[in-house]
Amino acid sequence: MRTPRLVTLVAVGAVSGALAACSGGSDDTAAAGPDGPITVKATDTACEVSKSTLNAGTHVFAVTNSGAKVTEFYVYATGDRVMGEVENITPGLSRELRVELPAGTYQTACKPGMIGTGIRAALTVSGSSAPLTEDAALQQASESYTRYITSQSEALEQKTADFVAAVKAGDVQKSKDLFPVARTYYERIEPVAEIFGDLDPKIDGREDGATKELPFTGFHKLEKDLWTTGDISKDGPIADQLLTDVKAIAAKAKAEKLSPLQLANGAKELLDEVANGKITGEEDRYSHTDLWDFAANVDGSQAAVAALRPALEQRDPALVKQIDEGFTNVDAELAKYRDGDGWKLWNTLTEAQLKGLSDAINTLAEPISKIAGVIAAK
Amino acid sequence: MVENMSDSTVSRRRAIALAGVGVAGVAGAAALGGALVRGAVDEHDEQASGATAAGAVPFTGANQAGIITPAQDRLHFVAFDVVTKDRARLIQMLKDWTAAAQRMTNGQDAGPVGATAGILEAPPDDTGEAIGLPASGLTLTVGFGPTLFRDASGRDRFGIADKKPAALADLPQFPGDTIDANISNGDICVQACANDPQVAVHAIRNLARIGIGVVAVRWSQLGFGRTSSTTQAQATPRNLFGFKDGTANLKAEETQAIHDYLWVQDGDGPAWMTGGSYMVTRKIRMLIESWDRTSLGEQEDIIGRVKGTGAAVGQANEFDEIDLTAKTADGEPVIKVDAHVRLAHPTVNGGVKLLRRGYNFVDGSDGLGRLNAGLFFIAYQRDPRKQFVPIQLNLARHDAMNEYVRHVSTGLFACPPGVTSAGDYWGSALFA
Repeated sequence: MRTPRLVTLVAVGAVSGALAACSGGSDDTAAAGPDGPITVKATDTACEVSKSTLNAGTHVFAVTNSGAKVTEFYVYATGDRVMGEVENITPGLSRELRVELPAGTYQTACKPGMIGTGIRAALTVSGSSAPLTEDAALQQASESYTRYITSQSEALEQKTADFVAAVKAGDVQKSKDLFPVARTYYERIEPVAEIFGDLDPKIDGREDGATKELPFTGFHKLEKDLWTTGDISKDGPIADQLLTDVKAIAAKAKAEKLSPLQLANGAKELLDEVANGKITGEEDRYSHTDLWDFAANVDGSQAAVAALRPALEQRDPALVKQIDEGFTNVDAELAKYRDGDGWKLWNTLTEAQLKGLSDAINTLAEPISKIAGVIAAK
Repeated sequence: MVENMSDSTVSRRRAIALAGVGVAGVAGAAALGGALVRGAVDEHDEQASGATAAGAVPFTGANQAGIITPAQDRLHFVAFDVVTKDRARLIQMLKDWTAAAQRMTNGQDAGPVGATAGILEAPPDDTGEAIGLPASGLTLTVGFGPTLFRDASGRDRFGIADKKPAALADLPQFPGDTIDANISNGDICVQACANDPQVAVHAIRNLARIGIGVVAVRWSQLGFGRTSSTTQAQATPRNLFGFKDGTANLKAEETQAIHDYLWVQDGDGPAWMTGGSYMVTRKIRMLIESWDRTSLGEQEDIIGRVKGTGAAVGQANEFDEIDLTAKTADGEPVIKVDAHVRLAHPTVNGGVKLLRRGYNFVDGSDGLGRLNAGLFFIAYQRDPRKQFVPIQLNLARHDAMNEYVRHVSTGLFACPPGVTSAGDYWGSALFA
């Protein structure tokens, strides 16, 4: 069914060249295009993109947040494959997104409050583009996911810095508010974070996993103090260390390039995280903010799957359909427990509600567990 | 994607499975569903029946296996909720289940690739804990609950509401019931029985996995030590009260009674159930510690049988005819008026019988340190409205045993006839 490996490697080079040729010139000319950057006016209820049709090439979106909520901006290909995104655009801030868009249909999305599927609009990119070979599609998967990891890592650093500042200032309420938000970015990239030895346990370890060599530190130590005693007066060093560790892991994550197979396994592992840590309430046992982590794990899994989507579409479209239905189902189940811009606390859900979430995750995880085999099959 | 998708199925233990097929072949030629002859083999060599207990019970037949099949030693029962709204997906899963059930009852892996033959990057299509184990007499019996036809609001879920049999009417609430809804009922059930617990668990685990996205496990129950014999060849086992249970059970050899009381006959209801049977499940917690401090005489009075021999009180041997009219010298009935055997006896229940196929269960201990144990009662019948319901109403009102038991779970399922040909699948006539 597939050409032998040596031949396809040659093909990758050829197609990459073809794509570059199709993009209509160098990045510089495209970015500086006759009409300048595409403006995006984001508010809490709207997402006005100045253009809905573009020529293939590299474009710059200038996003201005004039709402009251922190927002995110995405350009999605089919199946919510992230072509480009900027995270953590705070009210009043403007940020730019530079993204290469081959011909095709896309969606733009603002996510005020950083939650849900966002405010969407269609974006059509015209021009010609050759269909990808399977291996080129796989190579793009890694690149696409690297973009995701990069933006998430940046937001993780910023939000952890905010959280750490609040802890060091002794502001318990603000710390509690920021805790699940900072964790969201961590939970989205957890399979990548877990690659780096001792950093993950230092950042995200739980009390019962602590040892003499790796004492109880990081997010959950601060969580425990915030929610049990409310005394964070001695937590300055723990908070500083958390930020140091998060910066270290973010730098490593951005430099890491995952193979398609690692992406596939990462997508599955994130759902295993949900099934074994979040539905049980183990992860955030003091704050019960497990549904934040739950949603973030699902986001991360979806991003990994989306990156693999072009390759999967070629090899097993029926599986893609099943996975799409699975994500829709999880989103619908999770949406029942939205609470403002956040989520209900884990300990307010009934056993039947948790079983509903568990069933939805299992329904999604089973087809996702098949991706690795599809990617690896010769 | 996997090139080697052709039938590479190799039995988990080729030699034994092939031996089992041999026995099954003879059985299939000789008797309905083949189960009877395997029973006959058991009869002569029950103790040393390793090879036979290891063998395969034929999956196909006019009736489903696992009903009059000689009761195996172990049970894993599971009830599912159907979570899809898509009729086509439900049908496809039933086809996938049928194919997997056929393989597993034949001692093969659940999927066509197998537990260890696939590529290293993909999860195997069989979970692997039955590698090296023979078929172990595994039977898989499927049933459809009332809620599969209509949901609580009366909506026709899969376009089959008009095929719901009248006999599948919800069971009434019986006096004294302490039913936990979370471990009761369900849209679809599967009864896995085998002579090796690992084989039964393997079968349910793999069916549940195949069904993910279409069904979700609602509850399940493990059982051990069959508490009924379903053929005359089998010795009567004991339940956790220590008494022989199932002496008067409907047996496979009673051809006329099987016709009258077990299999749904033409004209009983919708045609898709002809050759099927209705299954009632009741998880009956026994208050073990209280029972154990009850005197032997009172235990025998409550049951109506002698603990040692299993004979009805007043008789010498287990299978001696019970005499419900016998009086003591004082004019008191020999079998107490509230004795279990009297109240359950066909003569006080309009002559009707059940085919019981229950298992003991011990779910560890409860929070008070008491054995969480009892009987997982399973009974098959032609029409529960005329069989289980009146019998249980009688027992629930009067049985002296009620002081020592609590019914904590209930279930009712329509078990369709057997799968008869290669393209056939569980419930095909229902979804035709």
